[in-house]
Amino acid sequence: MHRVLQQPFKTAVLVLVWGWLLLLVLIPNLLVVGASVMTRDPGTFLSLPLNLDSYRQLFDPLYLDVFLNSLYMAGMTTFFCLLIGYPFAWALSGLGKQRQTLLIFLLIVPFWTNSLVRTYALKLLLATNGLINNALMAVGLIDEPLKMLYTEGAVIIGLVYLLLPFMILPLYSVFEDLRQELLMASHDLGAGKLSTFLHVTVPLTLPGVLAGVMLVLLPAMGLFFVADILGGARNLLVGNVIKNQFLDARDWPFGAAASILLTVAMAVLLFAHRLSQRRLGEEAQT
Amino acid sequence: MKETLLSLKNVSKAFDGKTVLDSLDLDILDGEFITLLGPSGCGKTTLLRLIAGFEQPDIGSVILSGHDITHAAPEHRPLNTVFQNYALFPHMSVYDNVAYGLKMEKRPKDEIRQRVDEVLAMVQLQEFASRKPHQLSGGQQQRVAIARAVVKRPQLLLLDEPLSALDYKLRRTMQAELKRLQRELGITFVFVTHDQEEALSMSDRVVVLKDGEVQQLGTPREIYERPANLFTARFVGEANLFPGYLASVDESAITLDILSLRRTLQKPTFAVRKGEQVNVLLRPEDIRVLAPEDEQGLAGKIVERNYKGSTLDSVIHLEDGTEVLASEFFDEDDPAFDYRLGEAVRVSWVDGWEWLLPVELEPVNEEAEGLATDA
Repeated sequence: MHRVLQQPFKTAVLVLVWGWLLLLVLIPNLLVVGASVMTRDPGTFLSLPLNLDSYRQLFDPLYLDVFLNSLYMAGMTTFFCLLIGYPFAWALSGLGKQRQTLLIFLLIVPFWTNSLVRTYALKLLLATNGLINNALMAVGLIDEPLKMLYTEGAVIIGLVYLLLPFMILPLYSVFEDLRQELLMASHDLGAGKLSTFLHVTVPLTLPGVLAGVMLVLLPAMGLFFVADILGGARNLLVGNVIKNQFLDARDWPFGAAASILLTVAMAVLLFAHRLSQRRLGEEAQT
Repeated sequence: MKETLLSLKNVSKAFDGKTVLDSLDLDILDGEFITLLGPSGCGKTTLLRLIAGFEQPDIGSVILSGHDITHAAPEHRPLNTVFQNYALFPHMSVYDNVAYGLKMEKRPKDEIRQRVDEVLAMVQLQEFASRKPHQLSGGQQQRVAIARAVVKRPQLLLLDEPLSALDYKLRRTMQAELKRLQRELGITFVFVTHDQEEALSMSDRVVVLKDGEVQQLGTPREIYERPANLFTARFVGEANLFPGYLASVDESAITLDILSLRRTLQKPTFAVRKGEQVNVLLRPEDIRVLAPEDEQGLAGKIVERNYKGSTLDSVIHLEDGTEVLASEFFDEDDPAFDYRLGEAVRVSWVDGWEWLLPVELEPVNEEAEGLATDA
């Protein structure tokens, strides 16, 4: 009886999952790969013959510059997310269960609002006539408004703001798993706070750091609207390049090639993450 | 006479207003194997943590070789801990785990190598030096944990239920191995367990703890044969406790009515008066089960029999409803020795093996029976 009921359900679920992955992940990605090796066409967007021109174009100094700048912005974003997120996650894991739940809840609440809307909200804060400038002038700390909006700094602030939870959550998870006994053992064996941090805490939370970096670094390169809204009309991120190729320049093959570049970078990071986890091994529990 | 290595003086500790240790005094002698025995929540793990430095007492002090270390950080105490779940560093090899403490002392590389090799040889793990902890069996991880702690040559080794995660057979092997290590190293061992059998077989002295107070401190034999109170009597080993009524009290002897038998015994160490009641402790192996025709003893019938390999354990219901546990060894005269359920027997015991305890007002303590798994 049970099996009869179970089997169709199992089959349905598997079909659904694989169908989903096929339709919404594999096929779109194959389309992008396909588009990246075709030729630009003003009328139909894509045409034959197949070639690798778009990939060659990626190494054009102009775009290479954008990539490097994008990497720099994303790198800074990741750095600040880590700088804030690591101690935050550490402290969070040390709190009582009730407070932890509350703080994680607060961390997740912003997701309920569209990130575009939140970016506009940030713009209101940073603008020349914005809240921060007005407040600082009212207090008398500054005489004229600071230029904060339309700077790289503003874009990084926006990216950090949007992506910080993605750094904190995986870090929180590794800190939760970090057994207090291991830290106690380290102290017991004569290690002070700093040594224990360097020799035990850091290596054991490294998978969380890598997971966080992965979740922040690549999205940071792609969040074009943050650069658009807070950084002005400049090609600051790879995401802007991709968006412009598809929507403005109408060069689909090149846009596709640029987005493949991001995908490959993601794959490399994923691989590094897997390696680091394997190196660590699973903690034996007997 | 051995010298005192570590003293706990009037130590109290409470968590969230709940007293865990209550004005506890304890002297640990140099070179001894001392066991803290008690049920879950008796404070034995907290006591160990106070010694290790992971907790500080609310009042009282911890003195090690004459130095007050009450508030010293764990890393500054010349003692090491073997943790309950070993707490091996999962990202380090066996070698690095063992070398960790010496690296922290900034010992020269050659010395570290030599001492780590030496201690790994002692626990028979030389070939496993480059393995990661998760590639080892439970018993091997246990030995790494011990090696990592003793490589620093501590004055005192604290062991927090180190064998509780191992299966029975391995446990017995490790018990023997720990005893051997303790003899060879001459380090003082402070061992925490809730397993009374383990405590009796391994220790020089046993501290029985309950609700943060020392119930009894003595050799395993003293604890088992002459328990100081009902709790110890019940917690350590199986116990028959019968009410005894004092029929007469002499200068050195007393007459006691136990069930319906009258016995003349030595006067106990506590004060007794005629007409009072006392508790009479008889271990199951003190009980003699006799044939129903026998004239001595008390009539009853077998209600339970358990074959234990080397002993036959039985439960006998006496006519007045009293339950008696008996444990008898097999002998070569009667290899087929056994009981039927419902079989009529008579019960007696070896004269003079009774141990008397004063009547306590406390209700029967549940904890004494079930050996809980965690402290």
